[in-house]
Amino acid sequence: MSYNWDFHSVWQYYDLFLWGLWISVVYTFGSIFFGVIIGFLTCAARLSHWRVLNVIARVYQEIFRCTPLLVQLLWFYYAFPLLIGASIDNRVAGMLTLSLYVGAFYAEIFRGGIVSIDRGQREAAAAIGMSPWQSMKRIILPQALKRVLPSFINQSVIQFKNTSLVSVISVADLAYMAAVVNGQTYRPLESYTVMAALYILMLLPLTQAADWIEKRLRVSD
Amino acid sequence: MNAQARNSTPIIEALSLHKSYGKHEVLKGLDLSLDRGEVVALIGPSGSGKSTFIRCLNMMEIPTGGTVRFRQKTVGDHFRDKGGEIGIGTLRRHVGMVFQHFNLFPHKTVLQNVTEGPIVVCKTPRKEAEERAMDLLSQVGLAEKHGAYPNHLSGGQKQRVAIARALAMEPEVLLLDEVTSALDPELVGEVLSVIRGLAEKGMTMAIVTHEMAFAADVASRVLFLDQGVIAESGSADQVILNPQNPRLQGFVSRFRG
Repeated sequence: MSYNWDFHSVWQYYDLFLWGLWISVVYTFGSIFFGVIIGFLTCAARLSHWRVLNVIARVYQEIFRCTPLLVQLLWFYYAFPLLIGASIDNRVAGMLTLSLYVGAFYAEIFRGGIVSIDRGQREAAAAIGMSPWQSMKRIILPQALKRVLPSFINQSVIQFKNTSLVSVISVADLAYMAAVVNGQTYRPLESYTVMAALYILMLLPLTQAADWIEKRLRVSD
Repeated sequence: MNAQARNSTPIIEALSLHKSYGKHEVLKGLDLSLDRGEVVALIGPSGSGKSTFIRCLNMMEIPTGGTVRFRQKTVGDHFRDKGGEIGIGTLRRHVGMVFQHFNLFPHKTVLQNVTEGPIVVCKTPRKEAEERAMDLLSQVGLAEKHGAYPNHLSGGQKQRVAIARALAMEPEVLLLDEVTSALDPELVGEVLSVIRGLAEKGMTMAIVTHEMAFAADVASRVLFLDQGVIAESGSADQVILNPQNPRLQGFVSRFRG
């Protein structure tokens, strides 16, 4: 192949790449933060004996788990404003959608962890007089969270990659910036290779850490 | 049999207890009154309702009919004390339970398993709770294991820790639900001898067990449950050694190796 690689002209725009990368990181951690809160609340609603809460939580989860994230982003940015009669900033729409999306998955992960804890644990806590809340906080949750840590990290890694979709609503993340650089240099091979390399550079340590944690947890069981 | 003088007012009572799961009636009106210092053994074929029955005594199962009374007060179906009724939380603070499968907290050390109740439920200062827990652990012969995690213990050791965990709440009644059934035969003895020691110290206990010789030895009263009712009750001599009821004869003879 006689392709003439020219990373130099692309790397002139390194500040755009780095800024894009920073934005991707911000959206990832921001949506993980809000997603954990949403996930916990949804999980609590799913486990509560109050039927209405139960149904609401389920409907929310199924909507966000059964539509593609891209569709959700388009809907929240282009359709939702018509519904409420006010425009939404694309950054707000992006963060909101990403958080709701990942929250639905986190809720399921947390719930799975909690219901997987042996019934005897709850009974033993109850038998020494603990209230349901004390038992959840001190006995069930610590065990459940440890158990779901690998799935949680896994979902968060996926979330980092999912943030690239916010570029379609013009949020200037890494994917968006790669397209900008491509527009400036007409070098798609280099622009998009740099982008891919940056994603790998960010995520490889995370997946390695997840494997390591999973192995360690298995040993301590 | 235990030599301590008995107070004649019952500490815990069950009055006409019923429990159904859907259409299936497990308990069909059982009565029991336990005096302080009394040790009652519950025997009977599996499915007779004996485990469900003692699980009702600390409201681990909520009875569908009848009442549980503790210190002459009715126990309600709410956690806290309310309007003259005792709450489930209060009941369980004073009525300990030991389970067939131990149910130790795997994320806590042996010592933390024992101090968890006093610290979290009774708000006992940590230092005091730990001193007392070490005392209890030496009573059950496991003081040197205080820093170990449950997964590193044998079944017999786990069950002894579970007994210490229950005792840490200074219970007035101890409910033992087939506590040796999940143990390898050679580990049964160490657990039974701990329980025998408690009986000698005057602990009030209700014991569900398949160990007939042990029941005959330690219990002041034996109840034979069959198909959700108390089919026979009396001293160990009457029930285990000289059974009259034909079903009881059949049951006891199967357990006499």
